Amino acid sequence: MKFTGTDSYVASDDLRVAVNAAIALQRPLLIKGEPGTGKTVLAHEVSKAINAPLIEWHIKSTTKAQQGLYEYDAVSRLRDSQLGDERVKDIRNYIKRGKLWDAFTAAERPVLLIDEIDKADIEFPNDLLLELDRMEFYVYETQEVVKAAQRPVVMITSNNEKELPDAFLRRCFFHYIRFPDREIMTQIVDVHFPDLQRNLLREALNIFYDIRDVPGLKKKPSTSELLDWLKLLMVEDISPETLRSKDSKQLIPPLHGALLKNEQDVHLFERLAFMARREQRQ
Amino acid sequence: MFVNFFLELRQAKVPVSIKEYLALMEAMDKGVADYSVDEFYYLSRAVLVKDERNLDKFDRVFGHIFKGLEAPAGEGTTAEIPEEWLRKLAEKLLTEEEKKQIEAMGGWEKLMETLKKRLEEQQKRHQGGSKWIGTAGTSPFGAYGFNPEGVRIGQDKNREGRAVKVWDKREYKNLDDTVEIGTRNIKIALRRLRKFAREGAEIELDMPDTIRSTARNAGYLDIKMIPERRNKVKLLLLFDIGGSMDAHIRVCEELFSAARTEFKHLEFFYFHNCLYEKLWKDNRRRHVDTFSTAQLLHTYPPDYKVIFVGDASMSPYEIAYPGGSVEHWNEEAGQVWMQRMADTYRSMVWLNPVPERHWSYTPSIQLLQQLTSSRMFPLTLGGLDSAMKELNK
Repeated sequence: MKFTGTDSYVASDDLRVAVNAAIALQRPLLIKGEPGTGKTVLAHEVSKAINAPLIEWHIKSTTKAQQGLYEYDAVSRLRDSQLGDERVKDIRNYIKRGKLWDAFTAAERPVLLIDEIDKADIEFPNDLLLELDRMEFYVYETQEVVKAAQRPVVMITSNNEKELPDAFLRRCFFHYIRFPDREIMTQIVDVHFPDLQRNLLREALNIFYDIRDVPGLKKKPSTSELLDWLKLLMVEDISPETLRSKDSKQLIPPLHGALLKNEQDVHLFERLAFMARREQRQ
Repeated sequence: MFVNFFLELRQAKVPVSIKEYLALMEAMDKGVADYSVDEFYYLSRAVLVKDERNLDKFDRVFGHIFKGLEAPAGEGTTAEIPEEWLRKLAEKLLTEEEKKQIEAMGGWEKLMETLKKRLEEQQKRHQGGSKWIGTAGTSPFGAYGFNPEGVRIGQDKNREGRAVKVWDKREYKNLDDTVEIGTRNIKIALRRLRKFAREGAEIELDMPDTIRSTARNAGYLDIKMIPERRNKVKLLLLFDIGGSMDAHIRVCEELFSAARTEFKHLEFFYFHNCLYEKLWKDNRRRHVDTFSTAQLLHTYPPDYKVIFVGDASMSPYEIAYPGGSVEHWNEEAGQVWMQRMADTYRSMVWLNPVPERHWSYTPSIQLLQQLTSSRMFPLTLGGLDSAMKELNK
């Protein structure tokens, strides 16, 4: 069970080692990195690569740790009791399993993705310490212990909106996905668009990294945005020459909407391009 | 054998604990690292470092501890380079495109020059008839090398073990938290300020009220909801503007723009050098539209948290004496006003863009340190973090 990247995901060496360490030692793996560098996709790919089912738990600002274990629906039980329903006799009818429960009791070892853990309340990670460490929890209503038959591969992603508590970090392995350099980016694009023209890709990457280098951008375009843009370029059948001749008529690259996501950035880019053109003329 | 490594990491303030050290040992035991230096580096990084801010420190310690640890002799393949291949490269290497491919940053020009010279030399020698042999290891030029000081001569396949050690590249330098802050970083730190107060959308079940209403409803369920917790921190921002602060104005604006999206109750005012009896909201109209500080003290209740942003670098007279202001005649000294602020607002910090190590050389900074009871923090991510912690106390 070794992860080496898949035919649709390019994993760098350090990422590969981190994932394998997490699998081998059965610890959660915490993934951080710029938005759009493939944090969430990683879990999908790992589950595909090691052939394990994927259980996804997407965290929102209102998510509580308890919801990942189970929820006891006291209200509907109370209502049922008033209506004289038979189901009311067994409390188990009112316990809804959470994602962690599903993962612990899955028939084969699953991959559990806890997506965007930083969105939740600051105490959220602390509430999961024991559960992730020992991979078991106690159900008070039925007085049973749910224990993982085999420890799931846990992947946790974070966008760094909140600091995670030290005690939580101690229990995880950590990997920071760096923004891919040109070489890796070419590989990534190859994996997604195998029949993209070489020279189109080269021009597109030039523009892409140029844009990323523009100082003061609010949101730098990321891998996923590059892939969207390339797809658009292919659909619109834009030639490499058009891309290269950006100094002739247009100031900014065609279909820039896929790369620049707010008007201030487009404006800034236009201004810089305009200044660059003026300098060229002089 | 890794105990030194562990201890040195702790010394470098990378927060590693015994638990992580044992995890590393366990991983080594299970053979995750595959007996290669690079893999070991990646593995130990994943296990020991938990925050991207510490990656750079880790790289430095790793480089120090494992200095001289090289890949095994497999590099011997570079020792003998077929001459045809080399000649082709010599032609290829000096084209513009090839130059662009070289990603190494430092000493680039010089290297190209030396390389040119050496290649010429070698062609001559070749004419002389001796077989050309590459110098393994010592030369910065090699097919499989990619040193900060090295140049890569084209190679058909990307090799993992580059000549430069990954940890020596220090790619995570800019994630270190002692560097100054950008907007995104500020947002992270400011989120510390979030305190939750009950106000907003109906989400949570109000147990006591539900029981009460259900009882009143003759036993039939009547569910009552109460508002979910929402961010409700009240913040008062005071910026020093003009004069010696102009150099720092950009950082301040970033802080300001970040803060604006973060809080609902946010008020901001400008002052010049030190706080006196007047403040203003629009810097262009600073002499027309002013707001009296006394009014500020009465308008905003003491549960507001106050953040001063300023370099606090001025003549001590501007703080200590009436009439000390450089702009106008102030009836009361700056320190009187500072003291009033400190008396009114329990949570108050001063953020200073001047690097902390210079503080002790400026008397006015020390004065204001006293006036804010040592709640002055440098305007770095680390400083901001401590400032937010202070405000949240």
